[in-house]
Amino acid sequence: MRPITRQSPLDEILAAANQVILGKSRQTRLALCCLLAKGHLLIEDLPGVGKTTLAHTLARLLGFQFSRVQFTSDMLPADILGVSVFDREGGDFRFLPGPVFSQVLLADEINRATPKTQSALLEAMEEGQVTTEGETRPLPQPFFVIATQNPSNQIGTFPLPESQLDRFLLRIELGYPDHAAERALLESGGRREQLPTLSACLKPGDFAALQQQAAAVHASGAVLDYLQRVVEATRTDAHLVHGLSPRAALSLLAAARAWAFTDGREMVLPEDVQAVLPAVARHRLRLLSGSHAGAEDIAALIRATPLL
Amino acid sequence: MLALEHGAIPWLLAVALATAGPHFAHLPWWLSLLVGSMLLWRVWLWQQGRPLPPRWALVLLVIGSIAAIAWQFRTLLGKDAGVALLVVFMALKPMEMSRRRDALVVIMLGYFLLLTHYLYSQSIPTGAWLLAAIALLTAALLRLHGGAQPVATILRHAVLLLAQALPFMLILYLLFPRVSGPLWGLPQDAYAGLSGLSEEMSPGSISRLTLSSAIAFRSRFASEPPEKSDLYWRGPVFDEYDGHSWRARPLPAGAAKQLPVVTGIDAPLAYTSILEAHNRRWLLALDIATRLPPDSMLAPTLEALAREPVRLRAQFSFASSLDYRANVIEAPAVLQQALTLPAKINPRTRALASEWASRPPEEIAAAALAMFRNEDFYYTLRPPLLGANAMDEFLFDSRRGFCEHYASAFVFLMRAAGVPARVVAGYQGGELNPVDGYLVVRQSDAHAWTEIWLSGKGWVRFDPTAAVAPSRIEQGIAAALPSSEPLPILVRLDSDWLRQLRNRWEAANNSWNRWVLGYNPQRQREVLSRLGWRDPDWRSMSASLAILCGIALLVVTLWTLPRRLAADPVQRAWQQYCAALKQRGMARAEWEGPLDFAQRVARERPDLAALTDEAARYYAELRYGRHNRQSDQLRRLQQCRHRLPPRRRRHS
Repeated sequence: MRPITRQSPLDEILAAANQVILGKSRQTRLALCCLLAKGHLLIEDLPGVGKTTLAHTLARLLGFQFSRVQFTSDMLPADILGVSVFDREGGDFRFLPGPVFSQVLLADEINRATPKTQSALLEAMEEGQVTTEGETRPLPQPFFVIATQNPSNQIGTFPLPESQLDRFLLRIELGYPDHAAERALLESGGRREQLPTLSACLKPGDFAALQQQAAAVHASGAVLDYLQRVVEATRTDAHLVHGLSPRAALSLLAAARAWAFTDGREMVLPEDVQAVLPAVARHRLRLLSGSHAGAEDIAALIRATPLL
Repeated sequence: MLALEHGAIPWLLAVALATAGPHFAHLPWWLSLLVGSMLLWRVWLWQQGRPLPPRWALVLLVIGSIAAIAWQFRTLLGKDAGVALLVVFMALKPMEMSRRRDALVVIMLGYFLLLTHYLYSQSIPTGAWLLAAIALLTAALLRLHGGAQPVATILRHAVLLLAQALPFMLILYLLFPRVSGPLWGLPQDAYAGLSGLSEEMSPGSISRLTLSSAIAFRSRFASEPPEKSDLYWRGPVFDEYDGHSWRARPLPAGAAKQLPVVTGIDAPLAYTSILEAHNRRWLLALDIATRLPPDSMLAPTLEALAREPVRLRAQFSFASSLDYRANVIEAPAVLQQALTLPAKINPRTRALASEWASRPPEEIAAAALAMFRNEDFYYTLRPPLLGANAMDEFLFDSRRGFCEHYASAFVFLMRAAGVPARVVAGYQGGELNPVDGYLVVRQSDAHAWTEIWLSGKGWVRFDPTAAVAPSRIEQGIAAALPSSEPLPILVRLDSDWLRQLRNRWEAANNSWNRWVLGYNPQRQREVLSRLGWRDPDWRSMSASLAILCGIALLVVTLWTLPRRLAADPVQRAWQQYCAALKQRGMARAEWEGPLDFAQRVARERPDLAALTDEAARYYAELRYGRHNRQSDQLRRLQQCRHRLPPRRRRHS
């Protein structure tokens, strides 16, 4: 059996990220997978558990140009996309690009903004370009949005509608750190100070190559069979309002490929599908009770779908 | 042995409750309380994740319960004590249930305990409950062997498994050679508590019986059933009176035995009765039976008797004539007995009778009936208690009584006036169930009437109750008694839909009795000959049973074989490896991928880790890799199974 080689740059990135985000290696890896699969990432959790730090760390380690927008309820689309101002010297209007013109946009607390502002951002995510005042401007490549949101049952939020949640490839939750990680955090002080000292692990262009390799990970007929059965199981599950869409199935495959790639494999295994399924499916599935599917619902779904 | 999964325990407790719980209805209350609180305690221990009680406490509990059962039942053998022991074991076993082996014991005990319910009841609800309990037992087995899954999934699988067993069950039911009588000898006390007429009659014995709405028997007539007032179903005949009770007196040893001589005058009515078990020999034929079922006889006192007490529900066919002459020539010893009275009691009654004594016997009877009819006698279920001169008190003072009072007073009067007379007990009337056409006779239809012997006519029936309360005979007991009397509610149904509901339910029970419980050798032959198989014997039935089951198995195999063969060699090799690992205590869940499984093995069984990791990587590469079908890797995967260490018996 030929030894499985690990892609060293990815390992290096994950190792460095885990130095900053303590005890969350699975979430860090999922976040990296999301970017490898060319998807946008939604991080949902309570304030103060390290959402912003995670986003910031990844952008730095991957060597991306990074900007950050703190969403508020009085924010207008122009605050993100940019505005045209009159240039006295040139005698015409000049476009001042908004924060969206960057490689990684950290959209903090996206559910605090009004739907109008949210949809302006989400359109940019979908199209990869921005249209203002009749002019279409392409966004830089690659372009990622890492959005964070507080659980929408908090006061003063505008929950993202289903159609917009679907634009995010993965949604992850960070959760409280475990005992040891929290102790380390307390002893060393906050992690934000470390951020400026992080240096990029990748050269420009390297990440695009990694994305290509991730997309080329082999998915055999057997694993596609399994993936289809999982997706069909969400459609026949009596507890769910509706199942996963074909687009969600594509997202699931892309994420599973990236997960296998970060594990250093050249083939997708059912384990990869199972590993990314909660992050792919939970924000896309709604229970009859009205809430989003919980981790145990997805676990039950996996258990009810045997490998053949 | 393996530890028991925490999540499997509620299933086993549910099994314990489902199999032991229905016994609470007839166990002593303290035992039900003990068993119930043990199960609750176990649930609490499970919920809180607390340790099980220490062994010495369990030993004490076992010894204490066995002693208490021995004290309560005065034995440890027999049906009731045996079942009580089993129920206690079922409650105690979960208390030391920490390994898989214990759980299997609970399940086996559950299957055994299920069977014991049939010793108490064989009704439709019992059958339905036991079917559900079997599904639960199957589900518990699935949970034990298949690991955690949603409850609904496990239950669905269990029901599916049972449904798949249905064809086999039907084949076995239809063809398994039946034996007559119960398959096992039942314990001595199995027949206790069957209700019905008894071998003696004292004031109150029949009125007590009428408090029960239980069915005594069902009859179906070949033609239109006769009028209600002609339906006298003959039970025991009482000809000896001791001043309190009536009994049947055996003929004195020297007396000439005379066979009964019965002549039917009108056309005989053919009918078939399904008798509930009552542990007596009488068959309750309609007066008077002219054709009897095999293995039965007409007693000298004219009632139909089976050779053995009726201990199981059974079917009998008769023909009876309503108009008849019976024993026109009677043995002198019988007539002598029919005139005998205890000396010195009831002087007033004797005085009244001696006034009538000079008249012909028919006029004496008519005078007695006229007295009942014209003076203010009451028909009631709650007569006052009577003293030593019971007949005097009844006839002249209280004048309130049920049919046994009127029958015994009438017979006393007749005998005192010199007319041979005796009491006949049985059932009178019955109610037609329009759903299945059966006439249902209940314990509440129990009745006592009289016969007097007239020369040239033989024994002639007189029913003094008919003189007091004609509606009892014409419309049944519910019509004859005012609503203040404590009759069972099922007998006195006022609303139509309730009555209809009862009729349907009883008709369903009747079909159940005939087709499920009463599926005896005779019925089996009937069914098979209706299916076109003439004269089957047990050999040909066993042979066809084997052949049919073989065919069914073959069909199932042929149906599933392609699916199993379709599994390619890679799948098969991996499944075989996983099966080998399962025998060594590491079962792969159906949904578990190879590398995840290998990691779990590495955590839980480091001794198997290296080999499993290797096998998992081969399998992953072969099944999910880009260049699968590499015969070299396949061969190595196949070899992994043989490289596993030999199985050891592991004791925890």
